[in-house]
Amino acid sequence: MRSQVEGSQAVARAVTLCRPQVIAAYPISPQTHIVESLSDRVRTGELAGCEYLMVESEFGALSACIGASGAGARAYTATSSQGLLFMAEALFNASGLGLPIVMTLANRAIGAPINIWNDHSDSMAMRDSGWIQLFAESNQEAVDLHVQAFRLAESLSVPVMVCMDGFVLTHAFEEVDLPTQEQVDAFLPPLVPQQLLDPDDPVTIGAMVGPEAFTEVKYLMHVKQMAALDELPVIAAEFRAAFGRSSGGLVKPYRTDDAETVVVALGSVLGTIEDVVDTMRDEGHCVGALGITCFRPWPAAEVREALAHATRVVVVERAFAVGAGGIVGQNVRDATRGLPLEAYDVVAGLGGRPVTRASLRRLLDDVLAERLDPTALHFLDLDHALVQRELERSRHGHRPGPHAENMLRALGTVASGAYE
Amino acid sequence: MAFQEIKLYQTGTFVAGNRLLDPDQRSVQARTGRSNTLTSGHRACRGCGEALGARYVLDAAMRATDGRLVAVNSTGCLEVFSTPYPESSWQLPWLHSLFGNGPAVAAGVAAALKARGLDDVRVVGQAGDGGTVDIGFGCLSGMFERNDDVLFVCYDNEGYMNTGVQRSGATPPAASTANTKALGDQPGNVFGQGKSVPLIAMAHEIPYVATATVAELRDLEAKVEKAMTFRGARYLHVFVPCPLGWGADSADTIRLARLAKESGIFPVFEAEAGEVTAVSRIRRQVPVEDYLRPQRRYAHLFGDHPRPDLVARIQDRADRNIARFGLLPEGDE
Amino acid sequence: MDKPFAITLDVGTSRANKTGSWRTERAVYTNRMPPCNDACPAGEDIQSWLYEAEAGGDGYERAWRRIMDDNPFPAVMGRVCYHPCETACNRGQLDEAVGINSVERFVGDEAIRRGWTVSVDVPPTGQRVLVVGAGPSGLSAAYHLARRGHAVTIREAGPMAGGMMRFGIPRYRLSRDVLDAEVQRILDLGVELELDAKVTDLDTLRHDFDAVFLAVGAQLGRRAYIPAGSAAHVLDAVDLLRGVEEGERPLLGRRVAVYGGGNTAMDAARTARRLGASEAIVVYRRTQDRMPAHESELREAEDEGVLFKWLSTITQVDSGRLTIERMELDDSGFPQPTGELEELDADSLVLALGQETDLSLLDGVPGLVVQDGVVSVGADMMTGCPGVFAGGDMVPQERSVTVAIGHGKRAARHIDAWLSAEVPEPGVRPALATFDTLNTWYYSDAPRAHRPLLDRARRESSFDEVVLGHDEATALLEARRCLSCGNCFECDNCYGVCPDNAVIKLDQPGERYLIDLDYCKGCGICVAECPSGAIQMFPEQV
Repeated sequence: MRSQVEGSQAVARAVTLCRPQVIAAYPISPQTHIVESLSDRVRTGELAGCEYLMVESEFGALSACIGASGAGARAYTATSSQGLLFMAEALFNASGLGLPIVMTLANRAIGAPINIWNDHSDSMAMRDSGWIQLFAESNQEAVDLHVQAFRLAESLSVPVMVCMDGFVLTHAFEEVDLPTQEQVDAFLPPLVPQQLLDPDDPVTIGAMVGPEAFTEVKYLMHVKQMAALDELPVIAAEFRAAFGRSSGGLVKPYRTDDAETVVVALGSVLGTIEDVVDTMRDEGHCVGALGITCFRPWPAAEVREALAHATRVVVVERAFAVGAGGIVGQNVRDATRGLPLEAYDVVAGLGGRPVTRASLRRLLDDVLAERLDPTALHFLDLDHALVQRELERSRHGHRPGPHAENMLRALGTVASGAYE
Repeated sequence: MAFQEIKLYQTGTFVAGNRLLDPDQRSVQARTGRSNTLTSGHRACRGCGEALGARYVLDAAMRATDGRLVAVNSTGCLEVFSTPYPESSWQLPWLHSLFGNGPAVAAGVAAALKARGLDDVRVVGQAGDGGTVDIGFGCLSGMFERNDDVLFVCYDNEGYMNTGVQRSGATPPAASTANTKALGDQPGNVFGQGKSVPLIAMAHEIPYVATATVAELRDLEAKVEKAMTFRGARYLHVFVPCPLGWGADSADTIRLARLAKESGIFPVFEAEAGEVTAVSRIRRQVPVEDYLRPQRRYAHLFGDHPRPDLVARIQDRADRNIARFGLLPEGDE
Repeated sequence: MDKPFAITLDVGTSRANKTGSWRTERAVYTNRMPPCNDACPAGEDIQSWLYEAEAGGDGYERAWRRIMDDNPFPAVMGRVCYHPCETACNRGQLDEAVGINSVERFVGDEAIRRGWTVSVDVPPTGQRVLVVGAGPSGLSAAYHLARRGHAVTIREAGPMAGGMMRFGIPRYRLSRDVLDAEVQRILDLGVELELDAKVTDLDTLRHDFDAVFLAVGAQLGRRAYIPAGSAAHVLDAVDLLRGVEEGERPLLGRRVAVYGGGNTAMDAARTARRLGASEAIVVYRRTQDRMPAHESELREAEDEGVLFKWLSTITQVDSGRLTIERMELDDSGFPQPTGELEELDADSLVLALGQETDLSLLDGVPGLVVQDGVVSVGADMMTGCPGVFAGGDMVPQERSVTVAIGHGKRAARHIDAWLSAEVPEPGVRPALATFDTLNTWYYSDAPRAHRPLLDRARRESSFDEVVLGHDEATALLEARRCLSCGNCFECDNCYGVCPDNAVIKLDQPGERYLIDLDYCKGCGICVAECPSGAIQMFPEQV
């Protein structure tokens, strides 16, 4: 059923259709509309047979999900940004225990400085937590990925994080085709837990493992996550067969077949990138785009295959490793090792800064004209004058003060106190 | 209070069993068919009070729930000594997640059981004092506040024993620990710090709060059994001496727990919906010195430079408990 | 379920980890000597029979049989024993000693009421033993010898069996029905009793038997020289008590003085009251705290209106009047005359100055050593004459019914060994279960129940028993006050308090517990928390 709906409402509806038995969540922008909506749905009985725990923190939220999942319930939570970091310890625990929890992550920047707007710093900070990370390009895909996420999580007994850009998707009203309960029920069978707390068949879950077996446990964890690379395409294919549309999978190549220059990106920015690709194709440039839907596990073979004929790859990512460089870019380099291509790391859209068609076009023009240094880390739309001024100041002053404050003051922003 | 009156027998309710008692009048621990939820082969130190307390509590809970029980365990000694791969000492469904999240995990288990329609299966969460009063406190308070259907048990040995005996929010004043040594003028752990989670639990007005010690088995079992008659959040704080951390003889574990109660330094009581409903009165009152002396963590109070001033301050704390909870034997008030 | 590797484990698998290897000391169940047993002159295993009695019901008979293993007079004991067991009882340091004697009386009376009997369970040995004297010692020896299969003949000079139990202890302290019943039970084992059969020439008679046990007692009143007027009425306490027992009603007058401070003096004074004396006064040369009479005897005498005159000796007896000299104690506690005289009205004077033994029957028996009027015996109760043993009041030891009964038992054991030419196994006496070996926390506060007494009015006018027995509930409560010092009473504490589940509780009652050495880490909690001190730690051999 197609309807014009807010992304959060669409996701809440999708989650409802997946019949979670325990939801534990703590409010944080921009995840709030999802969990508010789920609370309504539990209270109205639309989501029946579900216990909704309004916990005291995100740490408590994921912990309650760990308990719920350990006790054989389908468990769900949602968070953003700082909330995900507050869950950090529990994230590793949930994956280490192999508990099939599903989480929506409404992607948001991480402070300081505190910032509620979208980027991927939160996902990327927790990329090695052992969770599968799926990135939605649109609200339609966010809906579809949730249905697939429960299937995947429960078939492999691993936790899955569905990442959708905060505000950009969560608060956007778009037309979404919401599946019916019958469709979802047919696609997603009731949970059969791999292990659970059962008085009739007691086990000890969460043992302490020493040097003699820890490596093996971690190896098996890796093998299991890598199995998702086989499982996800199967699930996506089944999904297409059942729901009549393509969603999910590992990667989404867009006009890459003969592309010499390919832009790699995750999430909602892909739509903009595809627009730019279309324009440049019309102008005769051989460009394409590669969307990464599954970032963890990393689909190295699929990425390599998609980039096999390219000579330049531009990785546009909404997060970076401070002091090191691109994160997705590094993974792309790994996947394309030995291929004759040049890779460019471009950090874009941090803390909610729009990634516009114009900016992307400028970027690609620079790449095509070989004006961009492939060995450097690039920041799209960086205010070079501002940072230069700030760097200059800190070279001369003993106590330059916080950069952010100084820069805001220089920009004349209200919050800086410039009007005092 | 929680004692049954068993007339005529020479040992009344003080010993575990007694051959003369009807089987159903014996403590759970006196029965050959007890669950031994924590079985042999665990790696707890010799004379471990926590190992003893955990078996007491869970065996009683198993009996109260007819074996329909699930346990959640926070990180700590109890978790480490019971489940080093490849051996588990538990004989009930048991889940360990993290140090600070036991109450939340237990709440999640309870929610799952309810959602799955398994209302007969009950949940016990358990942790040491660190996992309860410090790192797990936020989750614990949340669990209380939501009135989740969990009995949470704190085995209080007054410090971080698993990490090498450091101070916790439950470490008493003047106790010497690895990071509160009695150096210079320092008295060991300082006075004026620490918290009573039983009283904080009462402030949540949850259905049931109780304290107990490993020295009074029947009292402990009766409290577990009573806790299991309530739905909602319940809290049991069990005093478990630690021979290693306290520098005490391994044979003195129960004796020290008894002296703690008989001196008034550890008040044994129970509360419902925020009100104290019963106290376990002192039977043979002793000065706190009797309790302190056998413990090396208090040795600096009695050594070459004795600190009777500090002993007096500890006695004041005991006296305050005695007055506050009305702990004196009947007729001695 | 297909469990994840290493993270998820099967339950109870730690039993593969044998933590017993950590141990440097091991806990061992032991039996210490309870102080009651240690103090019992008759060698009763008191803790053990109290343990049985504590069970109530069938336990009383088991208790009685445990007593009967050592002492054939439970009901008599429960009346006349001065119960050194209670003096030694550890519970006395906690609140008040267990009323062992009252429980023994209850059990003994139950046996008579229900007609419990014992039997000889061994084949006859064909050996004959002569017992001279049917007092407590002789009857005790006869009983134990008979149960060991020997043919026993008792020769008694008097008309009835019982000795001092009958002719020394007044019936208000020991009902004759009770005495008769317990004596008859011994005779029912096949013991031959010849009454009015005084042995005068043992040296000849002894050759008719394989062994002899002498227990003729000490029934001659010791005389003291006191100047007496011709009309003075002086008689001996032993004769008085014997006469009353034989049905005499001696004329003592209104005021009776009794000279002496022992139990016989108390008996004489109390008997005098019952015979109608309006005033009975005990004259004793020392102070109350130094008198040999048992405290309960003194208390009961006082209750019955018996008067006492301390620090006094009688220097002259005249008709209706005594002359008394006041004494004072010197530094060593001996009474010394002061020369101060006074007079005391008394219609008669009863002398209770101790008893002596008539040893004339021993003339000609070779090897016998008699010293200070009594016969010397070894630790095995044998006299200097091989095969001739002696016990009771005629040998040098404290004189009491219980001591005499103990002599009979000990002599029987040694006679039996002597007859079979075996050396009896030396009795092993484990270390005493002292108060500090107990963990008294575990015992309930349980005040002692004291036996009721006959109304005072009736005590002055009749020979009915003064001290009454407990009802069952009270006797049971009293039995259960026992701390079971040094011996397991199956309280399950060790089983409960082991942090390692290393105490195995055996299923059948009485089988108790085992230490599971696979898992015992040697922490010692079971030892510390055993109420009765029945577990001890011993170093492991490294």
